[in-house]
Amino acid sequence: MSSPASTPSRRRGKRGRGSNPSTPQDARSPPSQKRRTDDSTSTGDLQPMPTSPPADVQSPGAADALFSSPPQFRHSAIPLDFDISSPLTYGTPSSRVEGTPRSGVRGTPVRQRPDLGSVRKARQVDLHSDGLAEDIAATEQSLGQKLVIWGTDVNVASCKEKFQRFLQRFIDPVDKEDEDIGLDLNEPRYMQRLHEINMVGEPFLNVNCDHLRSFDENLYRQLICYPQEVIPTFDMAANEIFFDRYPDSILEHQIQVRPYNALKTRNMRNLNPEDIDQLITISGMVIRSSQLIPEMQEAFFRCQVCAFTTRVEIDRGRIAEPSVCKNCNTTHSMALIHNRSMFSDKQMIKLQESPEDMPAGQTPHTVALYAHNDLVDKVQPGDRVNVTGIYRAVPIRVNPRVSSVNSVYKTHIDVIHYRKTDSTRLHCVDEETEQKRFTEERVEMLKELSKKADIYERLALALAPSIYEHEDIKKGILLQLFGGSRKDFTHTGRGSFRADINILLCGDPGTSKSQLLQYVYNLVPRGQYTSGKGSSAVGLTAYVMKDPETRQLVLQTGALVLSDNGICCIDEFDKMSESTRSVLHEVMEQQTLSIAKAGIICQLNARTSILAAANPIESQWNPKKTTIENIQLPHTLLSRFDLIFLMLDPRDEAYDRRLARHLVSLYYRSEENMEEEYMDMAVLRDYIAYARSYVNPRLGEEASQALIEAYVDMRKIGSGRGMVSAYPRQLESLIRLAEAHAKVRFSEKVEAIDVEEAKRLHREALKQSATDPKTGIVDISILTTGMSVTARKRKEELAQALRKLIQSKGKAPSLKYQQLLDDLRAQSDIAVTKEMFEEALRALADEDFLTVTGKTVRLL
Amino acid sequence: MPCVGDWLNSPLSIVQGIFAQNVPNSDWEKKVTEYFKEKLKENNATNWVPSLNDVPVHYLKPNSLVKFRCMVQDMFDPEFYMGVYETVDPNTNARVLHFGKYRDVAECGPQQEIDLNSSQTVTLERQTFYCVPVPGESAWVKEISFFDCKIICGFLNPQCHAYISASQARVSPSTSYTPSRHKRSYEEDEDMDLHPSKQKEQHMGKSCCSGGDIHGCVEPKRLETEASAGHHVISPNCSPPLDLNFPLPGEKGPACLVKVYENWESFKVNDVLEVFGVLSVDPVLSIVNSEERDSSTLDPMECMDTAEEQRVHSPPASLVPRIHVILAQKLQHINPLLPACLKEEESKTCEFVSNFMSELSPVRAELLGFLTHALLGDSLAAEYLILHLISTVYARRDVLPLGKFTVNLSGCPRNSAFAEHLYRLIQQLVPASYHLRMSIESMNHSRFIPHKDYTANRLVSGLLQLASNTSLLIDETQLEQGQLDTAGVHNVTALGNLITWQKVDYDFNYHQMEFPCNINVLITSEGRSLLPSDCQVHLQPQIIPPNMEEYMSSLLTAVLPSVLNKFRIYLSLLRLLDYSISDEVTKAVEEDFVEMRKNNPESVTADDLHKMLLVARFLSLSAGQTTLSRERWLRAKQLEALRKARLQQQQCVNGNEL
Repeated sequence: MSSPASTPSRRRGKRGRGSNPSTPQDARSPPSQKRRTDDSTSTGDLQPMPTSPPADVQSPGAADALFSSPPQFRHSAIPLDFDISSPLTYGTPSSRVEGTPRSGVRGTPVRQRPDLGSVRKARQVDLHSDGLAEDIAATEQSLGQKLVIWGTDVNVASCKEKFQRFLQRFIDPVDKEDEDIGLDLNEPRYMQRLHEINMVGEPFLNVNCDHLRSFDENLYRQLICYPQEVIPTFDMAANEIFFDRYPDSILEHQIQVRPYNALKTRNMRNLNPEDIDQLITISGMVIRSSQLIPEMQEAFFRCQVCAFTTRVEIDRGRIAEPSVCKNCNTTHSMALIHNRSMFSDKQMIKLQESPEDMPAGQTPHTVALYAHNDLVDKVQPGDRVNVTGIYRAVPIRVNPRVSSVNSVYKTHIDVIHYRKTDSTRLHCVDEETEQKRFTEERVEMLKELSKKADIYERLALALAPSIYEHEDIKKGILLQLFGGSRKDFTHTGRGSFRADINILLCGDPGTSKSQLLQYVYNLVPRGQYTSGKGSSAVGLTAYVMKDPETRQLVLQTGALVLSDNGICCIDEFDKMSESTRSVLHEVMEQQTLSIAKAGIICQLNARTSILAAANPIESQWNPKKTTIENIQLPHTLLSRFDLIFLMLDPRDEAYDRRLARHLVSLYYRSEENMEEEYMDMAVLRDYIAYARSYVNPRLGEEASQALIEAYVDMRKIGSGRGMVSAYPRQLESLIRLAEAHAKVRFSEKVEAIDVEEAKRLHREALKQSATDPKTGIVDISILTTGMSVTARKRKEELAQALRKLIQSKGKAPSLKYQQLLDDLRAQSDIAVTKEMFEEALRALADEDFLTVTGKTVRLL
Repeated sequence: MPCVGDWLNSPLSIVQGIFAQNVPNSDWEKKVTEYFKEKLKENNATNWVPSLNDVPVHYLKPNSLVKFRCMVQDMFDPEFYMGVYETVDPNTNARVLHFGKYRDVAECGPQQEIDLNSSQTVTLERQTFYCVPVPGESAWVKEISFFDCKIICGFLNPQCHAYISASQARVSPSTSYTPSRHKRSYEEDEDMDLHPSKQKEQHMGKSCCSGGDIHGCVEPKRLETEASAGHHVISPNCSPPLDLNFPLPGEKGPACLVKVYENWESFKVNDVLEVFGVLSVDPVLSIVNSEERDSSTLDPMECMDTAEEQRVHSPPASLVPRIHVILAQKLQHINPLLPACLKEEESKTCEFVSNFMSELSPVRAELLGFLTHALLGDSLAAEYLILHLISTVYARRDVLPLGKFTVNLSGCPRNSAFAEHLYRLIQQLVPASYHLRMSIESMNHSRFIPHKDYTANRLVSGLLQLASNTSLLIDETQLEQGQLDTAGVHNVTALGNLITWQKVDYDFNYHQMEFPCNINVLITSEGRSLLPSDCQVHLQPQIIPPNMEEYMSSLLTAVLPSVLNKFRIYLSLLRLLDYSISDEVTKAVEEDFVEMRKNNPESVTADDLHKMLLVARFLSLSAGQTTLSRERWLRAKQLEALRKARLQQQQCVNGNEL
């Protein structure tokens, strides 16, 4: 790896160009060109320069002079060649020094930065009394001269000094980033980064523009407006500091600074011609990436006649082939030697707007990215990334044969920094904080909202306003949307506890269950909607697919995995096949999905809340039956739901009246009226997102007490009648609900009122779903074991009665089935159905008392 | 009419004039739009503008003003272009400013060069929409608007005139001009061969002249030649024929790249627009593109777009012309019999509406009679069909669309192609419609949901990408038993979503995106449809005509064209009316509901109330009443009761049969 900067031919070329400074060299970016030509046309600016060669040498400051190599000094004496302190040429001559070990700032080769375009034409302009740069160059007032890079207000020396100061001093103890692991927040963070570079040997320094902005507003502005000039200056500064500190460090090439998180633009849609040639950060999704394109940076030519060699650098995407050999003056003798030419990697990537940023009813925009060198192949299609780079517009090539030019520019972004937003999606817990950042006003507004006393009711009302009443259900769903606090006990070996609340809605068809599900699905950012009828176990979990292009096996994730950290809405839960349902067992308690297929064995996170809707088996809810009997779902699954609600059609005149009024109003009121009454869906969405990512309530002393009491009370109710009325699972549900309620209030502590509401809601849900229709008592065992205690007792009694009956018949070895049933019916005071009778027979058979063969019952 | 010809034939010279007058400040753009707005306001001026819908591209003069009625199918990325640029004459160093707006190509004289580095250059932004003619547009809409155009624009534009007389000479004056066009260009090819030098001259003159002054004197014939020549030069290059990406199969007509200069944020995918703009079919565009493709191996800068993407985003201008929009407006409807914009407080519109309202009830009665005959004598079904045809989604409450009224017409006779004929009748009444014959084959193999093709970077259209208020007739009677594959299941789910939520989830591969729509779905089936519907009406035919075809066509011929037009106005107009319910009636409805529930809570649910309110709404509107009256409410209840009784009866019959 060598740098071209010091080859003689280049120098010569340089001077040739330098002698004609009023011709603009750069045509890469027309709009900025405009700015530059403004300067160039007024040659007055350039005039004073030859008069001040000493200042030219001195101005970059002592530091620069230290590292500048002698040849450069010689060059700088030539008037009008101002690239002495041009960042690209900095430190280059010695980079060709042979021999190991290479260390120190001179020994480490410079690597070209194609991402910045060619910087060689960066020229300095003397601003005699230009007020523009007054403040920037304040530190150099003593020199009496201010040099800025042509067309900008950037003074290399002061810019470098400021950046060095930034690196050395910047401390931000508050800001938290996931990359900060292992950093001492009270020490200058970028010095620690440099230390890291020394340890790891990856010569890239990522700089958060936000930090820079808080440190020096003006420097930040310069970086945004003139990245092409400022970033090399930053490189220079960083390298000086680095090799000052670690003179013996050996790096592959010199450190390159990569700024990210420029606040200029966040949305692709907002890009406009003003952003051209500026540093921007946009977010989006990679949809296509090209193969690697080797781009020639420097061509190597050799004369066929005299073997004279020369190098030609790329200029605006073209290599100017020398037509005459400079040594022997033969024409057309120069031939390109591929092996000795220099190439850099390049890749074209298409970035598409992320779906969240898109206005409704429009198709997403795309933008082309060029990644260079190390950034090639850093992202794959499908990745969500934040890209920082320089926005470029290039006129479509002038066709030599047609005098007219297509008047459209091609635009692209030269990538400087990628930041994947969800690379850690499957392992990282709080990536939602990453995705959704709130403006301060918004946070203020949300906090204001949270202080309202009736915020809980208010939010519940705002939820699916078109669905009438069912307040408790809405409250339950609201708590589900907020979720409990995530607790991790993995280090104590107990695993993590589920924080997500699962809810099942069952009830008559046509009670807008689906609509509620659809609403929730539309509300939450990571929601999935499936129908039990249409989904298979594979579609819910994950499947292995062969990628048509690479022939590689790829794991494709299904609905449950996709809704990790979100809500999975499953309609027609009861229609789901047995095998599909069995998948849910693991998901709903352990919150993971184990997959073992096609050579891939893995466990995926599926920390999803499940909101399911089920229809009764007889299409109409039978109030005489228990929940289990009505929806025919295994109790093992049912017990995993925190709340089970019945959505029944209430038969009540007052309700009917309210419902009618509500519906009629839907049919004539205009849309604006409807909006006003309720909280905006967007506000609700933000409120939930904010609470989910920033509020993490813990149980208070008082609340724990209340929870214990509540649990003991629940246990007590049952023990009086000799049955278990609450299980630890119910306690866990209560805790989750209480936590969620505390989240609604933006409270960091769970208090007694939260527990109160959790208890109330839990009780309400139980009352609906776990009431034994025969006795009218709430009986949790209906849900946990599938059968109420009384039913079980009755079953046993019947079996005993049957045994007595058979025993009373004497020593007959076999009995007629029908006969026995009739006898039992005659004897019993309750109506004995055939099913009950058969069940009793089965129970006796289990006790090895009898066997049933066909229509006869044999005693053993 | 010299002045008319001027702004019609060479709008760019007018723009040039305005530009030259106001060059230092940038408000010349505003003045241009003002100017054209004024011109188009004049008496019937919009009719003078030749329409791309009616006249094939090669009959139209390049750089003339055209109009186009279209649907936005896809939106491409915004383009940055040279809004103002400077040309230099290398010999004299004379500098001239030009405007780049409304142009694809930055033009300059033969002796001039564009100074790319000029400080005068202004970069501006514009947006490209890929537009197709309104999918499923009925033949009568095309005919009527063509007729309007023919009368006036025939006098003004010689080339239109040429086309019109040519089309009249042919058997049918329909707009499907593709076959004849091929033939034409053949002849002209020979013509071109004979005068190759002339042809070249033409090219040069066209691409180099700065103003539009030369165009005025060019004969139309020449220009045709050019357009078709461009077409022929290109076609061997692109081996597979260019997919113009129409949502519906078998559609014809020009697709267009519409370049919008302002307010592009307000347009959405699937919006129906009428644009007035400068037609650009500059063959230079195609040449530039093809050369780029050849040289792409040389220049890495150019190969960032795949060849596929190139083809789609800059197709040959002769196949997909460009329109540079000067004025664009969203259309509420595409019925040419109605004034284009009904919201405006213009006396003319009001007059039109009130006139029509006065004769509303006889029209309704006639329409009802017509539909009753069409539905084999079933007046109840006809009543519901009217309600269905004027239904429209008027609001959305969170996810719930209000005002959709999907009717499932069950009990259709199976073997008589009844659905086919019914569709033909409906096609005569509504401005846009599509007949979807459901079969295992069609469900498994057709593309319903539009999806994003990332290699070509465009939205590949599907059957369900339809403009608002399109009538979709789904014929389930042809469906046989069989297995649906994955695509089939997706398609059926998409249809179900469309009906229940009035939205289509477009497939963007990595994610889905929801596009709300407003499509009237009518399902014909034998039994209850497998798709959801708002209301099932069981057909009870009173007459079974021995020859369905004869019967139906005789029905259509029996209706006078003027009456038919009234039907069309009726259906389009009523859809746009406002509606309200007074407090008084609200109370009454409430009472009624409570009463009904008291008697039999099982029979009336909230859903039923929804349905009744819907029926009441459309019933009132169909009679031209914008508020609900007590009588209408009772009538709605009665209709619902009749419909339900029929269904129950049907179930009993079926039960007995089983």
